[in-house]
Amino acid sequence: MGEPEPDVAPLAIASQARDRVRFEEEALALADQVYRVARRLVSSREEAEDLVQDTYARAFRSWSSYTPGTNMRAWLLRILTNLNLDRGRKVQRTPDLQPLEESDYYLANKFAETQGEQALEQDRAVERLSQDSVVTALSSLPHDFRDVVVLVDIGEFAYADAAQILDIPIGTVMSRLHRGRRLLKQRLAEEAVA
Amino acid sequence: MSHDPCDKCEELLQGYLDRELSAGEQAEAESHLDGCDYCRRRYRFEESFRRYVRTTSMERMPPELMLKLSQLRGS
Repeated sequence: MGEPEPDVAPLAIASQARDRVRFEEEALALADQVYRVARRLVSSREEAEDLVQDTYARAFRSWSSYTPGTNMRAWLLRILTNLNLDRGRKVQRTPDLQPLEESDYYLANKFAETQGEQALEQDRAVERLSQDSVVTALSSLPHDFRDVVVLVDIGEFAYADAAQILDIPIGTVMSRLHRGRRLLKQRLAEEAVA
Repeated sequence: MSHDPCDKCEELLQGYLDRELSAGEQAEAESHLDGCDYCRRRYRFEESFRRYVRTTSMERMPPELMLKLSQLRGS
């Protein structure tokens, strides 16, 4: 017969409840790291807090779609970056949060041409800056660049994880990272000499 | 010569610093760094720059937020 044993269903429910509690605990243990990335993806602390709350609300609702043993931090960050993208579409954003324009690439490519002594000079100027300047410069990056720089440099994600989180090819991660860092240094250097 | 821009450096340095190179590429990057003064200086800077960017986001989340997140459990 297909009838389950009388005590099988309660056992399955108890096991599912345990899995859920384990998931929630594991996710909460990562909250500090998730917050740290969120804090640099958006401009204000309030926005970061809202984003993290929305992320956890969604994560807890869809916990069963998480595959145990896979990278939970990347899974949470994928939810977070998607929510952030949705918010960007809904709200009228400041110019730096608009989608990346061709002109941004032009600018980044132009800066990428800085090499030789000029690049070393730029490096030295950046070394004299304060942390606040880095925070400001980071938040001024076009969001496509900033997302990758924040995930790799602050979130310490591998290229492959960043690619999965942002749903872009790994080659795009590498080029945006390269150009994003260049742009960041350029903005810091401009500030240092201003 | 050591002041010349180095394409090799640009190509290898990012992967090397981010620990994304294969063992073979890593050895190639290291041997290149050994012989190129310009790349070595860039490498030192880029390494400290990454550390610098990382330290801008060391703040812990506010305890109230952790409490709010805990309250979302079971939702």
